[in-house]
Amino acid sequence: MSTVLIIFSVLSAITLATAFLTIFSKNPIHSAIYLVICFFSIAGHYLLLNAQFLAIVHVIVYSGAIMILFLFTIMLMNLNEQREVYRPRITRLGAIVSFCLICLILIAIFINSKPIVGEYTTTGEDYQSIKVLGKILLNEYMVPFEFASVLLLVAMIGAVLLSKKEKLEK
Amino acid sequence: MNNILNHIGIENYIFLSVILFCIGVFGVLYRRNAIIVFMSIEIMLNAVSLLFVAFSTYHQDAQGQVFVFFSMAVAAAEVAVGLAILVSIFRNLGSITIDNLKNLKG
Amino acid sequence: MNTNIALVLVFAPFLGFLINVFFGKSLGKTLSGVIGTVSVLISFIATAYFFGGISAQPEGIKISLFDWIQISNFSVDFGFQLDQLSILWLLFVTGIGTLIHMYSISYMHEDDNMHKFFAYLNLFIFFMIMLVIGSNLLVLFIGWEGVGLCSYLLIGFWYKNQEYNDAAKKAFIMNRIGDLGLLIGIFIIGNLFSTLDYATLKTAISSATDLDMYMLSIAAFALFIGACGKSAQIPLYTWLPDAMAGPTPVSALIHAATMVTAGIFMITRLNFIFDLTPYVQTIIAIVGAVTALVAATIGLMQNDIKKVLAYSTVSQLGLMFLALGLGAYEVAVFHVITHAFFKACLFLGSGSVIHALHGEQDMRNMGGLKKAMPVTFITMLIASLAISGVPLFSGFFSKDEILLVAFHQSIPLWIVASIASIMTAFYMFRLMFLTFFKEFRGTAEQKSHLHESPALITIPLIVLAILATVGGLISLPGNSWLNEYLTPILPKLATAEHHLGTTEYILMGIAVLGGIIGIGLAYAKYIKQNSVPVADAEISGFSKVLYNKYYVDEFYDALFVKPINVLSRFFRDTIEAGLSSLVFGFGKVTNELSYQGKKIQTGSIGLYLFAFVLGLCAIVSYLFLAQ
Repeated sequence: MSTVLIIFSVLSAITLATAFLTIFSKNPIHSAIYLVICFFSIAGHYLLLNAQFLAIVHVIVYSGAIMILFLFTIMLMNLNEQREVYRPRITRLGAIVSFCLICLILIAIFINSKPIVGEYTTTGEDYQSIKVLGKILLNEYMVPFEFASVLLLVAMIGAVLLSKKEKLEK
Repeated sequence: MNNILNHIGIENYIFLSVILFCIGVFGVLYRRNAIIVFMSIEIMLNAVSLLFVAFSTYHQDAQGQVFVFFSMAVAAAEVAVGLAILVSIFRNLGSITIDNLKNLKG
Repeated sequence: MNTNIALVLVFAPFLGFLINVFFGKSLGKTLSGVIGTVSVLISFIATAYFFGGISAQPEGIKISLFDWIQISNFSVDFGFQLDQLSILWLLFVTGIGTLIHMYSISYMHEDDNMHKFFAYLNLFIFFMIMLVIGSNLLVLFIGWEGVGLCSYLLIGFWYKNQEYNDAAKKAFIMNRIGDLGLLIGIFIIGNLFSTLDYATLKTAISSATDLDMYMLSIAAFALFIGACGKSAQIPLYTWLPDAMAGPTPVSALIHAATMVTAGIFMITRLNFIFDLTPYVQTIIAIVGAVTALVAATIGLMQNDIKKVLAYSTVSQLGLMFLALGLGAYEVAVFHVITHAFFKACLFLGSGSVIHALHGEQDMRNMGGLKKAMPVTFITMLIASLAISGVPLFSGFFSKDEILLVAFHQSIPLWIVASIASIMTAFYMFRLMFLTFFKEFRGTAEQKSHLHESPALITIPLIVLAILATVGGLISLPGNSWLNEYLTPILPKLATAEHHLGTTEYILMGIAVLGGIIGIGLAYAKYIKQNSVPVADAEISGFSKVLYNKYYVDEFYDALFVKPINVLSRFFRDTIEAGLSSLVFGFGKVTNELSYQGKKIQTGSIGLYLFAFVLGLCAIVSYLFLAQ
């Protein structure tokens, strides 16, 4: 058992456990916290795969921005620990069925495609440092990059507009 | 540690990603609270990003990571707008259980 | 030059029709009437011009306006043929037409739709001219259909009365049945000879070596059926008495003088075809004779003044067909002309009587009018003497010729025609005695309003009476201008013998005697015995059968009308219902499907999400696993 594998197992355990707990916890604030921890663990996975830049960005964007948004919204709506009143049996059955179904299908796909995956070789050259990433982003993916910035602008405007309180006519 | 996947093996990453994705799906279908549904969607997105990065390492190609980049940008935008909508719904209906959103009944 | 005048001849009445249709209401009653009359007068003048020039050009004038139909070896052009026969017909059509238009200006003066009346009359004259002047069977057919249409419009002129509308429909439908025969005849002739032009047909038939006699006979018979429909012979005659529902000028013009002679015109035009088919000629003669007798018997018992005249018309047309069937076309043409004069006079006179009595048409309520309406009385008397065959009036000459021809060819037919003539004299003078003699039997109020009709009515009466008197001069036995005139059309006349032997004089004497017997019987019954026909409820026995027209209308009703009604009811209730339920069924099915489909939209987001997932699984498994 190499150290890498142990680190991987630990990180995976944390990821899966927190994801599970996110879904099954009764208190939404607890769910949010668990999700933050899940995101951190995934950032750890990224580091393990030597994608440093991506790991940092992941932490900043997801844990730092998105989860803050979630937490603010939860607090805005003053959600407490709630019991969900009405959850018919068929829903639970449906959820479990789909869980198994998706799982099976996806795994089947990946097993099926094993020949395509093939063998892993390293060439040793640098392919994912921030320098290379920057070059690729701004050379080949220039247009999507710019569009992404427009998208963010639009989302911001949309969010502001949607959550404006309607002015009452006096 | 460029040959990390020699130690861990790509199948492990595949399984991890798949199971994380399925947890996300389960969460979407199981919970009735809109916020939790959103969070499950984020879990799904993350699972996919993880797989992308794993394969980017596998193929020694940076394009996978670029995709994750954009996926993150989109996820951020989507969360902003989605939460704004949720807040409006909360203001109009008073609760955010998705069972109450039945106006599209035909 | 000739073309232009011919175009004026044809289209002047049409122009009158257009003016009256579009501007008639604003022009006022008298002006629209005058325009109508003048347009027909123009046609008459044009015809007179051609009549004057025909002796210099015996082969006639042929004008071709344009090529109409051209299919491989079959070609028809739209053209006019102004030869002796068509000019003769045009003369009396336009001449009597002008007189009747003049008459109508006064007769229809109280009607609000007078401009429409004149429009229809002009249209009728236009189509009749087209019928007569055409150079081929197709132009004739245009005119044929057109006069049928105008007849329908004019019979049903007072459209607010449903009975009149029914009479108009009956006339049109019976005409249509005849038209089917005409069309079949035209088709067969076109098929046999690849042409419908009269001149071409004549040369083709005279020079043909092997004629399909069977098909030619069928064509001739079909044409005769067309003539039956238009000229009211058995079995298609019942529309003519009902057509008396129209105003009296209409009855005079269309149903006495012009439209009903179209059948005779057609047969005379195509005499070269009928001469080759003796069987069809025999049928024509028999049908004509029987019609003459049957119509005369019905006329004996009628009490409506116009109905008597209508049956008289049918009977006289039967005599004309008898002449045609015996091959004596010129005699039939002569009788057409004299009949036009005295029948138009009789109808116009009866119109004058009806007008004076404010619409009373039942002879049982008339009587003693000769003092109050002297001009009408004298003109109608002259016309009645003419129709009864009293010597020196025109009817004597023409009817006598028919009886002569019948005697020479077939004694039974001569007997039938003579009996019909005796009955004609009887019922015509019955009409005269009941209407003009003895005491007035109507209401006191009508009696106080009795007066002679205005000039516009009496002048045509006088003109027609004069013509009825002297009209016989055009074809005196032994020295006939008409026969010489018609020789280019009817080549057999050139070799016919005209000698007056003892047989002819004896036959003339017998005919005159028959007429006097008829008048005498009528005098005995209605003047000496003072008898007046009984009211409808008291008629019994054989008289009742005659009065009810041998129940032919009821027979037709049971045989044709009721089955068709049953058939159409069947279609309406069964087939129509079935088809519409089929069409509606489509709508219902779609409705049901969409109602069921609506249930998918439950509105529950959980369900939608579940459906997402399932769909995703399906697509992904199809794409990646199914290969």
